[in-house]
Amino acid sequence: MSDLNLKNGTSAKSAYNLRPNFSDIVERHTLAVMVENEPGVLARVIGLFAGRGYNIESLTVAEVDHEGKLSRITIVTTGTPQVIEQIKAQLGRIVTVHEVHDLTVEGPSVERELAMFKVAGDGEKRVEALRLADIFRANVVDSTLNSFVFEITGAPEKIDAFADLMRPLGLVEVARTGVAALSRGG
Amino acid sequence: MTRQMTGAEMVVQALIDQGVDTVFGYPGGAVLPIYDAIFQQNHIKHVLVRHEQGAVHAAEGYARSTGKPGVCLVTSGPGATNAVTGLTDALLDSIPIIVLTGQVPTFMIGSDAFQEADTVGITRPCTKHNWLVKETDALSSVLHEAFHVATSGRPGPVLIDIPKDVQFASGTYNAPQPSTSHYQPTVKGDITSITELVEAMEKAERPLFYTGGGVINSGPAASQLLRELVAATNFPITSTLMGLGAYPASGDNWLGMLGMHGLYEANLAMHGCDLMINIGARFDDRITGVISEFSPNSTKAHIDIDPSSINKVIRVDIPIVGDVGHVLEDLMKVWKSRGRKTNSSAVGNWWSQIKEWQAIECLKFTQQGKVIKPQYALSRLEALTKNHDRYITTEVGQHQMWAAQYLGFEDPNRWMTSGGLGTMGYGFPASIGVQMGHPESLVINVAGEASWLMNMQELGTAMQYNLPVKQFILNNERLGMVRQWQELLHGERYSSSWSESLPDFVKLAEAFGAKGILCSDPDDLDEAIMEMLNHDGPVLFDCLVEKHENCFPMIPSGKAHNEMLLGDADTQGAIDAKGSVLV
Ligand SMILES: Cc1ncc(C[n+]2csc(CCOP(=O)(O)OP(=O)(O)O)c2C)c(N)n1
Ligand SMILES: [Mg+2]
Repeated sequence: MSDLNLKNGTSAKSAYNLRPNFSDIVERHTLAVMVENEPGVLARVIGLFAGRGYNIESLTVAEVDHEGKLSRITIVTTGTPQVIEQIKAQLGRIVTVHEVHDLTVEGPSVERELAMFKVAGDGEKRVEALRLADIFRANVVDSTLNSFVFEITGAPEKIDAFADLMRPLGLVEVARTGVAALSRGG
Repeated sequence: MTRQMTGAEMVVQALIDQGVDTVFGYPGGAVLPIYDAIFQQNHIKHVLVRHEQGAVHAAEGYARSTGKPGVCLVTSGPGATNAVTGLTDALLDSIPIIVLTGQVPTFMIGSDAFQEADTVGITRPCTKHNWLVKETDALSSVLHEAFHVATSGRPGPVLIDIPKDVQFASGTYNAPQPSTSHYQPTVKGDITSITELVEAMEKAERPLFYTGGGVINSGPAASQLLRELVAATNFPITSTLMGLGAYPASGDNWLGMLGMHGLYEANLAMHGCDLMINIGARFDDRITGVISEFSPNSTKAHIDIDPSSINKVIRVDIPIVGDVGHVLEDLMKVWKSRGRKTNSSAVGNWWSQIKEWQAIECLKFTQQGKVIKPQYALSRLEALTKNHDRYITTEVGQHQMWAAQYLGFEDPNRWMTSGGLGTMGYGFPASIGVQMGHPESLVINVAGEASWLMNMQELGTAMQYNLPVKQFILNNERLGMVRQWQELLHGERYSSSWSESLPDFVKLAEAFGAKGILCSDPDDLDEAIMEMLNHDGPVLFDCLVEKHENCFPMIPSGKAHNEMLLGDADTQGAIDAKGSVLV
């Protein structure tokens, strides 16, 4: 029960507001959005973010249930807790959205991203690139006499770290898929 | 039950099966098959408007006044783009309407065909949901689902785009079934939160009901429950522009509208309350003023069917997601079962405070001289029509705010105004829609001369269908609200806010075959209003009013509720540079 003299905003406990205190700190959240696989559904989701000025750090989408015609959109976004709550509520309002999960707060989850790196160079640098790729468990999926294409899978931070290392070694091009994420356990 | 028929026939059949009696529309190449199907039946009446924007506002007026969804039918391309303003208006005010648009045949989509527009793309952000139907077999279920989506949860506009070949082709029609779609919004509120609110109500010393359009949307039963609750608790009640009529203006606990042009007592009560009970309102910026100083010492409860309304603008302490009617019913039960308690002595003191504020009489004005004050015109209109079975629509501007202040609404669904979008040109077509839904009632559009001109072509519609709508124009020969802002915020530099080259409204009426009345003398006003009321047909009433009257009270942009301006004397330096950035 909120006493009448309680500070505003300290006693809210709706399902739409998992944490009681709103702060001004910008957080990064990974959302899993289950949507009906209808034409236009991705435009609805992206249009919502564009129209209301929310951030998209990465977005991936693919059908995950052919029979149920459901796709899973994984969105990594940033905002203050109030903005994050609002993003989830707004997503939930889209008629063809079935479920919205905030993997960042709903318990432990795993995130993976796939990336490909083209690195060109010869001599020492080429050897060093190959050595580091091995440490990061990146696979060589193409090679020429003066270039490699590495394929690497991992949490986004691991891919960022790999990119930092490749840059001085002749990094030419990067392609990243964006994050796919699942909650852990049953 | 399933039957074979063409897509065009399905449209008509689905409308009949959904209980639709009136469609507002305008034909064109891409909807000819549907118009052909309409021609061959007698169940549904089609009202030919003069511009598609008019069709959508008419459907809004019909919907808001009858509680049933409004339906429009327009052609592809320009027909669809002309509907965009009305769709946005209905989205912001949560009005259930179904707009059917024709589209070029499926095999031409994407080819920049004649009158092709990406209608679902354009209208995605201004509809609650929309569909492009590419197969005739899918059409009937989409049509039925459209009614379900438009009317369930928080109501809103939906659009169905139907390519011409889909209208021509035959397919299987399915009769309406209870919706099995995943979209089934929650209507019952969480009982723990409701109990929490009851506990707060029992203790509150300075409680206030703050109600909005959600009460009206929830249906007449919700308004009834609200009245019982107010009477039983003796708490004061204020409302947003959209919620007027849910609680009667003549009711004992009524404080009047709150917000930017709300009443002094309502705004000060909002500022000073210790328990705010928001029922179906959404903390719009016209209500809150500057957020950081909005009702600083209150515990806030918020009942809303749309979870995204909660904590969007104002952080609340007791959120309750659910339909107003359902929640109020449970709230009453819980409150009664716990012994109907309130802190009545404290509430009594609160009322004494409120009575002091009311004694200021913030709406007082004096009519002197030979020029009609707009407030006087509306007071006389109110006096002469309040006992009628009356519906009011408005345009947007000063006249709209004065109408909200000086007319009294005793029942829900009697007041149709463009609140969220503030659409000039809304009121006249809306009045046509209202009159279609209530052929025997008195329907008055309180208009400004500038707004009225925005959809004046609909006078043709009113004449064609014998709709005796009364257009009560408060003619100040100014874009009055703009002029007021320029006076207060822009150093009295009246940039383009004079209504120049106005028509002779009486002759304009006559050109359409309607009746025109000109009134410029306060002494003639009553007689002229009676002449308007007694005329069986559309009337254009040109009421010449004071040109530079300002609308007060006013909370200037960027200010708090307790910094309200009550009259011209208060306006010097009232709005600082920061405030003038806001709209
Ligand atoms: C379509 C549209 N364009 C512009 C505006 C901005 N606007 C708000 S009130 C107003 C003036 C309205 O003038 P009038 O209808 O004569 O009403 P008054 O304020 O004089 O009563 C304007 C231009 C608007 N609300 N809608
Ligand atoms: Mg005017």
